[in-house]
Amino acid sequence: MSVTTASAAPKPKIWNDPFWRGLIVQGALLVVVLFLFAGAVINARNNMQARGIPTDFAFWDRPASFDINQTLIPYSATSPNSQVFWVGLLNTLLVAGLGIVLSTVIGFAVGAARLSTSWLVAKLAAIYVEGIRNVPLLLQIIFWYNVVLGNLPHPRQAAPFLDIAFLSNRGLFVPAPVFGPGSNAIWIALAIGIVGAVLFRIWAAKRQRETGQQAPVGLITTAFVLGLPLVAYLAAGRPIGVDYPHLKGFNFTGGQRLTPEFVALLLALTLYTAAFIAEIVRSGILAVPKGQSEAAAALGLRATPTRKLVIMPQAMRVIIPPLINQYLNLTKNSTLAVAIGYPDLFNVFSGTVLNNTGAAVQIVFMTMAVYLVVSLITSAVMNAYNARMSLRER
Amino acid sequence: MTRNRRPLLALATLALSASAALPGAAFAGPTLDAVKKRGELVCGSNPGIAGFGLPDDKGQWKGFDIEFCRAIASAIFNDPSKVRFTPLSAKDRFTALQSGEIDVLSRNTTWTQSREVGQGFEFGAVTYYDGQGFMVRKKLNVNSALELSGASVCVQQGTTTELNLADFFRTHNMKYESVVFATADEGLKAYDTGRCDSFTTDMSQLYGERTKLGNPEDHVILPEVISKEPLGPVVRQGDDQWFNLVKWTHYAMLISEELAVTKANVDEKLKDPNPEIKRLLGVEGDFGAGLGLGKDWAYRIIKNVGNYGEVFDRNVGAGSKLKIQRGLNALWTNKGLQYAPPIR
Repeated sequence: MSVTTASAAPKPKIWNDPFWRGLIVQGALLVVVLFLFAGAVINARNNMQARGIPTDFAFWDRPASFDINQTLIPYSATSPNSQVFWVGLLNTLLVAGLGIVLSTVIGFAVGAARLSTSWLVAKLAAIYVEGIRNVPLLLQIIFWYNVVLGNLPHPRQAAPFLDIAFLSNRGLFVPAPVFGPGSNAIWIALAIGIVGAVLFRIWAAKRQRETGQQAPVGLITTAFVLGLPLVAYLAAGRPIGVDYPHLKGFNFTGGQRLTPEFVALLLALTLYTAAFIAEIVRSGILAVPKGQSEAAAALGLRATPTRKLVIMPQAMRVIIPPLINQYLNLTKNSTLAVAIGYPDLFNVFSGTVLNNTGAAVQIVFMTMAVYLVVSLITSAVMNAYNARMSLRER
Repeated sequence: MTRNRRPLLALATLALSASAALPGAAFAGPTLDAVKKRGELVCGSNPGIAGFGLPDDKGQWKGFDIEFCRAIASAIFNDPSKVRFTPLSAKDRFTALQSGEIDVLSRNTTWTQSREVGQGFEFGAVTYYDGQGFMVRKKLNVNSALELSGASVCVQQGTTTELNLADFFRTHNMKYESVVFATADEGLKAYDTGRCDSFTTDMSQLYGERTKLGNPEDHVILPEVISKEPLGPVVRQGDDQWFNLVKWTHYAMLISEELAVTKANVDEKLKDPNPEIKRLLGVEGDFGAGLGLGKDWAYRIIKNVGNYGEVFDRNVGAGSKLKIQRGLNALWTNKGLQYAPPIR
């Protein structure tokens, strides 16, 4: 930059110095932008106040006075609007979280299936991907809701599954666990099991590095994570009971109910996103040069360790960045819930609460901020994972 | 240098998006002037309720709420076709009015305290006195809304209906599940497929919605009316002239029914000696000036659209498929609630 040589050369005029010129131009721009921004805010605020539209957050503590049919936390019509916000947010996170997990599982399976040497499996996977990803998501949600779930029988003629689960147009009714006294022991055992499994894996990895000996990691992990809680369950005298759904009046009572809106939305989001993930996985695997698997074979590695230790770690580097996009898309696409009345954040908060209170600006900004934060957190987590998986120069 | 520019760019984007998102940032003067300049009225209407607001097979909007907008257009332009209808869902209607996208909302909207005081709206007049009811399948053998404990109920989002529903079940200590849809059509479809035991909305609409079902005979409307639903046109606060114009459009139609002035006989009535009719039709005095209209403003409404009774009969009453009784909507002289202040 010219600044470093300024002492030797004659001092240039201030508007000829790129440093100062840049600073002045940008400063002026900043002032103009701030002025416009403040003007917009003040203008909107004055207009809103003149017409009696609320500009504050007084609505936050007022009673909501409407009901929501799926709530993960206690909620009634007398709860404040703030509770609607949390109910909606949790419903959004529930469907997005489950959707991300399920679509990842299905996507990886289908992506691998497309590369299968079996002609039938590969073609079936291709039909799934091409069929699902080329139909608009909204249409798929409505298909699942109206065409599939809407045509299920009424609860009184519900399709039973071994008389413990029932499928009807009011939703899926499944047995729910009832935790009796002493069930805490099981949770403690589970926690110990997980810690134990992690410690064992660290020890096994260290031993393999030093001595080359392998341990049955999968078997021991299962024993820790599933076996310990099972022992605790039996030792504590089987404290977990089961609440079976049964027909009463208009509907089933007891058990756990999944509403048709939730099932339809989750199915549509999962299957749709899984089709994209499958393609990402396929591209990731194909991006690993053939020489890598040939080298692994030359070293005498069998097919499974080759996939696990050679192909996938390299494929993941290609897979993760576009995978983050799919996770973000799934979360944002969950706002399509509004089409079938699933009570997510966008539906109940930016819909009903906005309508009841008239605080459009505050509520829309809050909702946008929430999706922004959720998306940023998702991508921060995935970027951290990506950094861990990325190529480390040794 | 590029490093310094980035936050500025972000800030500029933020400012742009903020000013675009803020409603009413540019509010053009009195509404009537804007309407006259534009050459047409923009009216927020229902996307589809038989009898109240529904496009016919030729794409022409028809219905009770629609004719009210045509009456306003007649008063301003002497032409009932100078209206552009913007169909709005219950959820979107208020934002559209707040932001100035529409001039008047004539879309079976309930007059409530919080909407008027807390959201910056004004409700001119009650064009239709309604109340909320329930529709169920006949085969359920339910005879009263009090037998609906445990039922799931399909309802439209962002309506007073949704709030009354919660109140009703809370008051009677009954359990229920509300299944909420953005539009009445989606709610009705879900009810039709059996997702819900009952569909709830205002009584007037229930009759119209029932005609849309596959087999209207299989459904009954329960007798209980669980709420007061005074429906009427809505305008933004802050333009009193426009507010008066909307209000007096309704009153003019009521007064002409009271004085037996109809679309057919309005020209003869110009010669009527009754001073009330003379004032209404602008033969004597000038009552349109304060509204920003000519003195024949009410004559134009009646000539182009008709009086309140005619509009009611044609769209929802005896002359329509819905056959709704006048009931509370009869004139005060016939034991109803429809009552207009005098023109003088």
